Amino acid sequence: MAHIPLTEGLPGIRGLFAFRPETAHPLCELAEILLHTPGTLTPAERELIATYVSSQNDCYYCQTSHGAIAARHLGGNDQLVLDVKRDFERAQVSEKLKALLAIAGKVQLGGRNVQPADIERARRQGATDQEIHDTVLIAAAFCMYNRYVDGLATWAPPDPAAYRERAATVARDGYLSIPANIEAARRAAEV
Amino acid sequence: MPYIQLPEGIPGILGPMAFRPETAKPLNELAEILLRGSSTLSRAERELIATSVSAQNDCFFCQTIHGAVAAHHLGGDEKLVLEVKQSPENAPVSDKLKALLAIAGKVQRGGKSVQPADIDRARRQGATDGEMHDTVLIAAAFCMYNRYVDGLATWAPADPAAYREAGARLATEGYISSTQGLSAAR
Repeated sequence: MAHIPLTEGLPGIRGLFAFRPETAHPLCELAEILLHTPGTLTPAERELIATYVSSQNDCYYCQTSHGAIAARHLGGNDQLVLDVKRDFERAQVSEKLKALLAIAGKVQLGGRNVQPADIERARRQGATDQEIHDTVLIAAAFCMYNRYVDGLATWAPPDPAAYRERAATVARDGYLSIPANIEAARRAAEV
Repeated sequence: MPYIQLPEGIPGILGPMAFRPETAKPLNELAEILLRGSSTLSRAERELIATSVSAQNDCFFCQTIHGAVAAHHLGGDEKLVLEVKQSPENAPVSDKLKALLAIAGKVQRGGKSVQPADIDRARRQGATDGEMHDTVLIAAAFCMYNRYVDGLATWAPADPAAYREAGARLATEGYISSTQGLSAAR
């Protein structure tokens, strides 16, 4: 049971967005820019970073929802998502993404854990300043989202299949329409 | 030296925000709503929660600037800010704030660290659902801001006195306007 009363039928962060719509807006805008808006890192790469950090933080809802979105961007490759979570150094991803995932893993432990050697490794693999910046901010942001979701003990559907439909919508449309959709769901639940 | 090319002489989080104004916007909006928006918790209480979490994350820039903002809201009481950082359970603050600081401390360690007993304690002291929600989100958000600031090895002035004026300005003018004019400096 969640630590505060939340709308039924809205799992994970969705129930929290319904509880406090004002903060939902910047939280969704941040996710949109970091994970969906076109950039030199693909949405798949960025969702993999988010998924990896969420699994390091042991947040089931976040790693499963973002893992489903990543898989969607990867044409349904659930196995690759699992491989990245388990052992990204051996996963079938680029050397640059491995270097960025290593940075993200250090950020998850704490900002000061990032060492010059981690940055140099990423640069040797061709990572730009913006890609390094965004990797650090994605990792930092998911240390926030994960704590938000678990800190209030929100409910997460246990079956990964339950996340696929919404993942397809988010992979296609991004995060900006989420607050409005949640508000509509909240009102419908009140009736 | 910062890990990416940031404008010189701009301290802490302001450097990365000047580097990437698109993400600075929601980061500032979140801080504005959580720390200064309409709430049953005072601005001082909310800045103390932010400062306490930043101290636990050992982020010098964040704990010092938000400590300065908190002190300004408290009429200049820097001693109280120090006491909250050093020992929240023994600081001269309300029992309700102590209970919320305890929740924030659990969130800093990880979301699942928050136990029903922590929530019950806060409720017994009169904390509302909204106050507990905001405490968790402030603590979670500062776990983000602290990692952003330190993860890019940003520069921060060493002297706490250097933060007083900036703290006063943030306390009175807020976070949305704090980065205006920085992009022009790029």
